[in-house]
Amino acid sequence: MADSTQPLTFGLRLGAGAAATFVLALTLGTLGAVLARAGSFAALGPADWAALRFTVTQATVSAALSLALAIPVARALARRRFAGRGALITLLGAPFILPVIVAVMGILGLFGRAGLLNDGLAALGFDRISIYGFGGVVLAHVFFNLPLAVRLLLQGWLAIPAERFRLAAALGFGPSDVARHLERPMLRAVAPGIFVTIFLICLTSFAVALTLGGGPKATTVELAIYQAFRFDFDPGRAAHLASLQLALCAVTALVAARITVPSAFGAGLDRPVARRDAGGAGLRALDAGLLTLATLFLLAPLAAVFVSGLPRLAALPEAVWRAAFRSVLVAIGSTALTVALALPLALAIARRGRARMLETVGMLPLATSSLVTGTGLFLLLRPVASPGDLALPVTVAVNAAMALPFVLRALIPAARDLEADYGRLALSLGLSGTARLRFLTLPRLRRPLGFAAGLTAALSMGDLGVIALFADADHATLPLQLYRLMGAYRMADAAGAAVLLLALSLGLFWIFDRGGRADAGA
Amino acid sequence: MLVLEKIVITQDDFRLTADFAVAKGARVAVIGPSGAGKSTLLSVISGFFPAASGRVLWDGRDISRLPPGQRPLSILFQDQNLFPHLTVAQNVGLGLRPNLRLSAVETARVGEALARAGLGGLGERRPGTLSGGQQSRVALARVLLRARPLMLLDEPFSALGPALKAEMLDLVAEIAAETGATVLMVSHDPDDARRFSSETIVVAEGRAAPPEPTGALLDNPPPALAAYLGT
Repeated sequence: MADSTQPLTFGLRLGAGAAATFVLALTLGTLGAVLARAGSFAALGPADWAALRFTVTQATVSAALSLALAIPVARALARRRFAGRGALITLLGAPFILPVIVAVMGILGLFGRAGLLNDGLAALGFDRISIYGFGGVVLAHVFFNLPLAVRLLLQGWLAIPAERFRLAAALGFGPSDVARHLERPMLRAVAPGIFVTIFLICLTSFAVALTLGGGPKATTVELAIYQAFRFDFDPGRAAHLASLQLALCAVTALVAARITVPSAFGAGLDRPVARRDAGGAGLRALDAGLLTLATLFLLAPLAAVFVSGLPRLAALPEAVWRAAFRSVLVAIGSTALTVALALPLALAIARRGRARMLETVGMLPLATSSLVTGTGLFLLLRPVASPGDLALPVTVAVNAAMALPFVLRALIPAARDLEADYGRLALSLGLSGTARLRFLTLPRLRRPLGFAAGLTAALSMGDLGVIALFADADHATLPLQLYRLMGAYRMADAAGAAVLLLALSLGLFWIFDRGGRADAGA
Repeated sequence: MLVLEKIVITQDDFRLTADFAVAKGARVAVIGPSGAGKSTLLSVISGFFPAASGRVLWDGRDISRLPPGQRPLSILFQDQNLFPHLTVAQNVGLGLRPNLRLSAVETARVGEALARAGLGGLGERRPGTLSGGQQSRVALARVLLRARPLMLLDEPFSALGPALKAEMLDLVAEIAAETGATVLMVSHDPDDARRFSSETIVVAEGRAAPPEPTGALLDNPPPALAAYLGT
């Protein structure tokens, strides 16, 4: 069928243009402010170089470890079918919307100074070990990124056509033959992309370094920006560090652009492939053991948070509830803003055959760090308002921009389908403007919109990034309040707040996602 | 009268020309090998694909630059003629007002059109709950209601069995007679062409030929059509 790309309507052009301008201002605009302030790299001292080294080392080790551990787990998931397999795959997606600080609480509950591991060591007469520093940062990053790596690898496994495995069975391949002829070539193709994805996440991760790192030996560039800002009151130094972080992200993003980077939400992960090559009892026991360990590694920290936090929930101080209320408002605000940005962008991208520019703009926040954006906003807005007053609006804007790439990834394919399936019919009936939005776009995009909104709300609810730069005691969000409780060693209250934060994040995700599914009709 | 004036359609190395008129009220089949450009020809008339040169005229007025929804025609595609998330009545109502703000009189007209298409009482259903034949009837009810003077059918009934297809063509004929519409129907089936259309346009070898009487054309086909028909 000879299809033509239809011209964009005025409203869509306006909406997409405004959204793109907003994102550009928030990413490249703040960047310009930072660079203008930073001047040259000459002023970087030994501490800054140490931060750079630590950042790159921990990101490399975290990414390598996540990937290496994920390979046997993904292989086990790919070749086994068992009750609860679907639930386990869903669970592997959960860390994406899990507030970082909650996971850190859980990790401390297990591996921290007063955690189960150290209690065990002490009971056996060993010295207690500390996980603060390099080890803790890497452990937390593996906790978050191992599941992501497993999901992405599983996509790779399922992308091997079932016919290949049938052929392998017909030729009498054993597990090592399958590994050699089918699995290793696949891994060589997908592993570099997964490594870079995780490396980039660890590069810009701030909350983990804030809570588990610190000190001269374990400070990331992001953390150094924060410290220059909060403790040294030195925006110039923060700007220097921010441009360093920027260079790091830019180089990584350039590398990533040369490698195919996988998308995080693949469809059809539940599809089992008949495998006849891995039936041995030893292999079966190995896979069962691996899957059990992986599940425990994911669930045990959360269980630790629940056990210590649930009883405290009712007795939480009022400040925590106030912070929770603020966080919910911030989450709803960012969600509304992200949807308002993403919808016109996705529709414009879908309607134009080639809209690489718009797509690139939408993905830009992936390569920017929220602390750099925050520093830039501070430098730009300092003349007009005080940081405390700006804390919540700035957090809403930055969270919205940071969630945008994920929201676009969920919306663009659906918007393309919508255009391909119903674009002609709508045009032939003259359906346009708000009528088209109401009777065609919103009903057809309801599911991905609900999912994307849930994702944004949960990410924003759990975010501990730019808010830490700006907020004073009166403007703290729940993650920041939780961080302060931990800093004051009020661990019981912190655990209670962690349970509350977890419930609110997952609850918001569930409500939005559910709203998208209800009464879908057709 | 529909006039295709020196139309040239190009897309990559595909090229199709058309230069002819179709009389008002005529029922014309468009027939030819697949890939010859039958659907593309309808896309140009309905405004989904721009011709490289030439004009489309209706009653002497150049409609080449109008957007699809404003052209004096209704088109039914091979599939996706209904919105699955809207009710049957809403799908039909869109033909009257795309914003669905229907007056009481208009709502009543939707009901009449549905009854006329044999869908009385099904207005609140979703298309997914109807059979294929019923779904075709919903789309035809909307065509009836829009009452545009030109009707383009791009094989909308090709998924239906022979008996249902004949039923639908009868309904199309009724609607066309009632609204006085000119009908252009893409078809793969010479029997459909014989039964439904007095004239036929052959699209083959880069050219859409002027309409000719169907019976004579099929009884004594030119070489390109003969190759396609296998006679």
